[in-house]
Amino acid sequence: MREHKIPVTRVEGHGLITIHLDDRGQVAQARFHVTEARGFERFCQGRTVWEMPGITARICGICPVSHLLASAKAGDAILGVRPPRPADKLRRLMNLGQFIQSHALSFFHLSSPDLLLGWDADPAQRHIFGVAQAHPQIALDGIRLRAFGQEIIETLGGKRVHPAWAVPGGVNAPLTPEGRDRLATKLPEARRIAQDALALYEKNVPNWAEQVETFGNFPSLFLSLVTPEGSWEHHDGVIRVVDSNRRIVADGLLPARYFEYIGEAVEEWSYLKFPYYKPWGYPEGLYRVGPLARLNCCDRMGTPWADEALKHFRALAAGKAVTSSFHYHYARLIEALAAVEQVGTYLEDPELLSPRIRAEAGINELEGVGIHEAPRGTLIHHYKVDEFGVIRGVNLIVSTGHNNLAMNRTVAQIAEHYLQGETTIPEGLLNRLEGGIRAYDPCLSCSVHAAGRLGLRVVLVGPEGQVLDEKVSAP
Amino acid sequence: MITLRVDGQDITASPGQTILEAAVAAGIRIPTLCHLKGLTPRGACRICLVEVKNWNGRLVPACATPAEQGLDIVAHSQRLRDLRRTILELLFAERNHVCAFCVSNGHCELQTLAAEHGMEHVRFPYRFPALPLDASHPKYGIDHSRCVLCGRCVRACSEVEGAMTWGFSGRGIHTLVEADLGDPWGKSKTCTGCGKCVQACPTGALFERGKATSEQVKKGELVAEVTERRPRVQG
Repeated sequence: MREHKIPVTRVEGHGLITIHLDDRGQVAQARFHVTEARGFERFCQGRTVWEMPGITARICGICPVSHLLASAKAGDAILGVRPPRPADKLRRLMNLGQFIQSHALSFFHLSSPDLLLGWDADPAQRHIFGVAQAHPQIALDGIRLRAFGQEIIETLGGKRVHPAWAVPGGVNAPLTPEGRDRLATKLPEARRIAQDALALYEKNVPNWAEQVETFGNFPSLFLSLVTPEGSWEHHDGVIRVVDSNRRIVADGLLPARYFEYIGEAVEEWSYLKFPYYKPWGYPEGLYRVGPLARLNCCDRMGTPWADEALKHFRALAAGKAVTSSFHYHYARLIEALAAVEQVGTYLEDPELLSPRIRAEAGINELEGVGIHEAPRGTLIHHYKVDEFGVIRGVNLIVSTGHNNLAMNRTVAQIAEHYLQGETTIPEGLLNRLEGGIRAYDPCLSCSVHAAGRLGLRVVLVGPEGQVLDEKVSAP
Repeated sequence: MITLRVDGQDITASPGQTILEAAVAAGIRIPTLCHLKGLTPRGACRICLVEVKNWNGRLVPACATPAEQGLDIVAHSQRLRDLRRTILELLFAERNHVCAFCVSNGHCELQTLAAEHGMEHVRFPYRFPALPLDASHPKYGIDHSRCVLCGRCVRACSEVEGAMTWGFSGRGIHTLVEADLGDPWGKSKTCTGCGKCVQACPTGALFERGKATSEQVKKGELVAEVTERRPRVQG
């Protein structure tokens, strides 16, 4: 067998793709390796449960809010408390800010160069600055929308990155009237940008038919939180699993019992584990999480404009699940709009100014699970503590981990489609492989709780194991 | 009345006052760490080292050296700043002072001193010792990773509260602050749970349970307020 190895860029973290060719030069196997390791699950042991939001937020600089909130929820479970209603709403508001900023980053900064400038555009121009030259308004919109999301986070938590604001039992500061008024003035622009981006995507879908067909288009399960009534949910609720016909495979699963329905397989060639839906076994239990899964799982978005957009989204697959991972981009934009709409509702809610934001308690449970939807997908924090609240065990399942099997399938599909007997890595393939991974908006640093430089390597390996070609895309 | 000179400024001190007390009274700030108003001086950390010109430039801890007639003292110079920064670096290298998620982040005397002395990195290899965290007390916890062995807790407990719960065990860098004879804090028979040790602690080593990142604000000045309010015993 021969093997191609391709590094991946414009994603958070650092990875490697290897493509093995058979004797006829056809793709025999393609794998997406995450090549970093960090050790958060180990070194959190011995710390107190109250420190965990502050520690785990440091897993990532893009989605610290997601870890902060999942960790605070695991802490709620250990204290055995339900945060006061204003605290729950405030946490949700911050998470909506996180959705807006992260989705804007993924679509505008990381993916729009491919979508707007073309997959074969000159790599020296194929970045956000290239977009800024060709489509200045779109690039500016992306920056403004992301800034709005960041401002929500900063207004609540005091800073944009790594706010230590959510705590076991609630949060430590309410929204101020000044903060609310400042955000409200920026809401109309954010709504306009989210709607424009969605319209831009819908208009261009016919141009991306080949990518829609080959960027991870396969039947699979989809898993996400939904409200008990089946609506789109991002911070609480129950787990629902649907298949590619949008038939509900399981519903109302308790987040705290995730280990009964999610297994984690290990492969020696990646530091990232391979979660799977336990009742279906490994690897048949492949499921996807994140924007695509959340939209396939939910019955409705719960806000007027996003619900209208959801109808168009559903029409893509005649009401069944949208199975192409390329449409993660589509789902992401619908979620960004839903998030902006929900922010508008929260800003009118006087309860967010309430000082009743924290439930105080001692250690009432020795184990706690916090499940929460990060922009990239379902995030699980599971802690075990001793009677004094000192951490004795940690399990983190991060959204990129859930999508590991799916990303591997996607890489194989793209390689099979675009690599026909070559012994070198064509530039077009390199970027399409990256684009396939990028659709998931993965955070490799988060997923292995890892630190490393940006960049994905791709290595092409021949039938005898010899390296035929190796490319690293510019970070 | 004694007169002495600090950084070229003539100041006065009453008999029995330390160099530090006289300087502070004259509005001259000398950085300190193990010193806390209301407790006896210890001279443990050496952050308050000053140079006495008429003692051949000898370095003495301002907190523990009595003011004497005619002393000519340098409290601020590049040499002293370098020495203080080196002491801070050694403290940081000795244990695990990770500010990012510490309960005292933003309210920590050690962190403030490091910032004031331009300590943007540590030149010594970190030791990363595996030190215990004891959260067995119902109200408080102790994280030995963040302890600088200043002994403020030990002094507050014995001199102000009179409980004598805290003491030191071990030697050198292996020294630990311990309750009673090494019992978990929550099992201590002598601890009254007054919390003066927590308020006296300059870092996040002693903390109130339930405090999350950056939430622990200490009120070290309480110690002096308590001692000053006490009626003097006639004798």
